[in-house]
Amino acid sequence: MRLRPLQRGIVCQQAVELITDYLEGALPRRQRERLEAHLRACDGCDEYLRQVQATIRILGSVRPTDLEPETRSGLMDLYRQFRDD
Amino acid sequence: MSDDDLVRRLRAGDEAAFGELVDSYHSSMVRFAQTFVSNRAIAEEVAQDTWLAVLKGIDGFEGRSSLKTWIFRILANRARSTGVREQRTIPVDPEGTAAVDSRRFDAGGSWAEPPVHWSEQVDDRLSAGPFVAEVWATISRLPESQRAVVTLRDVDGLSSKEVCDVLGISEANQRVLLHRGRSRIRSALEVELAEK
Repeated sequence: MRLRPLQRGIVCQQAVELITDYLEGALPRRQRERLEAHLRACDGCDEYLRQVQATIRILGSVRPTDLEPETRSGLMDLYRQFRDD
Repeated sequence: MSDDDLVRRLRAGDEAAFGELVDSYHSSMVRFAQTFVSNRAIAEEVAQDTWLAVLKGIDGFEGRSSLKTWIFRILANRARSTGVREQRTIPVDPEGTAAVDSRRFDAGGSWAEPPVHWSEQVDDRLSAGPFVAEVWATISRLPESQRAVVTLRDVDGLSSKEVCDVLGISEANQRVLLHRGRSRIRSALEVELAEK
């Protein structure tokens, strides 16, 4: 399958591969402008971008398990042993 | 509490400073170590060894990176070598490198099966514990390098530069791994949300 060259605009299959570089601010200006033009015109890719952003928000909401008191006191014992040596 | 203050207190043997660091980072460290080793108990051991290395090394800490980055770099090196010693098999990426299955596009590269809208509703579901657990299960199935980058970047909130420092990778490589990891998790969420 041949995709249309980038110079003539971006197709959806290319757009989804550029999303991370776009969010990271790593796209060259012309490529960024072409992607933004595509996103304005394409509901599917606009939703795709929003889903990636939602994914990032969800990942940021995953909290580590709470530090157990026994684990903490074990580490403080480790600290005291280290200081005593 | 700034890094400078913490480092000064640690060097002076201030136990409370060590406690503050443990409170801030230990749980995240265990979670990150699990990226490289086979189970939680081993990840706890690796994190504990890292704390000892931090205490031994704090006098030599030069402040060229943040204290957190420095600690996580020690942790990453230890966890990785422990994983190698365990001869843990690292899953190869079974699903190739495309962000979206190519069958979702037509011959011209346009959506044949565009994403169903769910980005607007998903924030309401964040508070649901089981949902977050499913996201975490998806992360745990990512190939190791993608999991390490996604965990540090999106879960622990490190900057791209910090992630590169911790893992010893280039910015470009970091972006590739982040892209594949995030794409995989988005796909899993899509399946998950479609089912409910």
